[in-house]
Amino acid sequence: MPAIAVQRLGEYTVQLRQPPRIVGAFTLMGPREGAGPLGQYFDAIVDDDMWGEVSAEKAERKYLEHAARRALDQAGLAEQDVDYLIAGDLLNQIVSATFSARSLGIPYLGVFAACATSALGLGLAAMLVDGGYARRVLVATASHYQSVERQYRYPIELNIQRKETNQWTATGGAAAVVAPPGEGAGPRITRITFGRVVDWGIKDANDMGAAMAPAACDTLLRHFQDTNTTPGDYDLIITGDLAKVGSKLFRALVERVGVTLGGKHMDGGASMYGTAPWAGAGASGSVCSMAVLLGYVYKEMARGRYRRVLALPTGCLHSPTTWQQGDSCPGISHAIVLETD
Amino acid sequence: MDRDRKAIEGAKDYQRLVQQLAPKPNAARLAARAFLVGGTICFLGQFVFDYFRYRQPTEGEAIAATLASMILLGVVLTALGVYDDVGQLGGMGAAVPITGFANALTSAAMDFRREGFVLGMAAKMFVIAGPVIVFGILAGTLTGLVAWLVGAGP
Amino acid sequence: MIYFWAFVIGGLICALTQLVHIYVPRLTPGHLLVGLTVTGAVLNGFGWYDALIKFAGAGALVPVSGFGASITRGVLQETQKLGWEGLFTGTLEFVGLGIAAGVLFAALAALVAVPRA
Repeated sequence: MPAIAVQRLGEYTVQLRQPPRIVGAFTLMGPREGAGPLGQYFDAIVDDDMWGEVSAEKAERKYLEHAARRALDQAGLAEQDVDYLIAGDLLNQIVSATFSARSLGIPYLGVFAACATSALGLGLAAMLVDGGYARRVLVATASHYQSVERQYRYPIELNIQRKETNQWTATGGAAAVVAPPGEGAGPRITRITFGRVVDWGIKDANDMGAAMAPAACDTLLRHFQDTNTTPGDYDLIITGDLAKVGSKLFRALVERVGVTLGGKHMDGGASMYGTAPWAGAGASGSVCSMAVLLGYVYKEMARGRYRRVLALPTGCLHSPTTWQQGDSCPGISHAIVLETD
Repeated sequence: MDRDRKAIEGAKDYQRLVQQLAPKPNAARLAARAFLVGGTICFLGQFVFDYFRYRQPTEGEAIAATLASMILLGVVLTALGVYDDVGQLGGMGAAVPITGFANALTSAAMDFRREGFVLGMAAKMFVIAGPVIVFGILAGTLTGLVAWLVGAGP
Repeated sequence: MIYFWAFVIGGLICALTQLVHIYVPRLTPGHLLVGLTVTGAVLNGFGWYDALIKFAGAGALVPVSGFGASITRGVLQETQKLGWEGLFTGTLEFVGLGIAAGVLFAALAALVAVPRA
């Protein structure tokens, strides 16, 4: 009985044998995201966040479906050319992903990792392709400020005063096609460290950065340990949406155990809206990390600015019900390594 | 492994780290904004009351008209998309006055109308303002009961 | 003069609530408004809140504590007239108008306006 080739590195990390590539990507964002410092990196901007739909939920699935289709276009593929759609979002029953899958007609693997959906999806897609279980996989996610606010927090026009730790859910959709390395020219996904749920007792759902920072620290340390790397081995270490407050905590936590990130650390949520006052600590939402990866990082890697990137999107896994019942907010962080040839 | 253990130990004083690194709200400034916004709304209410006092036969009716007007004001500002900005500026200064109650009703009605008028708007209209009514009735009835038994009253 | 006090008392009630909101983060705005309502209701058991309304006018009436106080006032009035039935008939005596107006205007607004971020 031939042994299955072991593709694990250390205790928690997967090393892909023929690392697949992101051969097509598309980011389709709302007006606030387009007006932010990363606006130029997004492929298309919609001028009204509702995009002509009567409800935010209908708009969110429109963003997801359109981003998915445009990503296929970018890769020169049709729906039948990909074997799986891995998609998720923040809404109950991940309906934006499901309803988009309904129109796309591709076998659908719905996933939930809140704002870490991007890395979960890309990581799983890479494993499926590298393992020979899929020819190509389409990964997509979307979020919408209004639909997420309605579900997790308050009615849109309510007079609630946002605090500095509050984050603003990003509106938009982003998708990528993961395929074997021979099929295109984008960055390759070489290593994956899926995280475990980490909960250090933050009960304030208005401070998700603090809830997620320990998870990012946990996954980062495990990844470094397994791969025997340090921040110096990467051109960029990018977290998803810890935002300004969470980033400070993340850096403090990793410094406590002797890891110096130096100038290598960037956070998608902290960068999305610059210093806009309404954004609080920064952006959040499942599309935030995906759009920053597939917009900013993807394009900067194509330009040659970054050659090896460690991406650590994070997710806050509470629900309004658990929070009201007094539970704390658990976090999770999944890491993927992107490399250009 | 060593790093793992250190990280887990870190969980114990994480709350302290969060307190340390969290942005400190400027209490004086926020309280001042609440004072100004809340005071202004009440000032406006007094103005409205005076207007009605000379036009209504009893003071009770003037009060009623004032409250109805303030509620209408809150509804209109919410429908115009302005009251949430008043809330961002004034915090409790926007939530505490009766215009805030109107805003709670209206914002919920506007939001949930998308799920239909019966199952959405009507079912959820009091989702934010409900507790005030429930506890107001509970407290008012209990207080009234005690006061009545003790022999007090107007 | 009452204008001055309306501004100051109304502002103070809001400012104090804001400070509690900052220093006791476990209490959400919902909790605080309930707390204010209950406070107003209890303080009017012996008419003290109505005295504040006489002094500060809208500064005491307009905040949600005035809502609670008005409920108590209704109960006191009706129990004087009807006895124990007043406990039930009196609660909405003075606030019924506010609730009815709120429902009516909010429903109208929902017909014509949509939320915007």
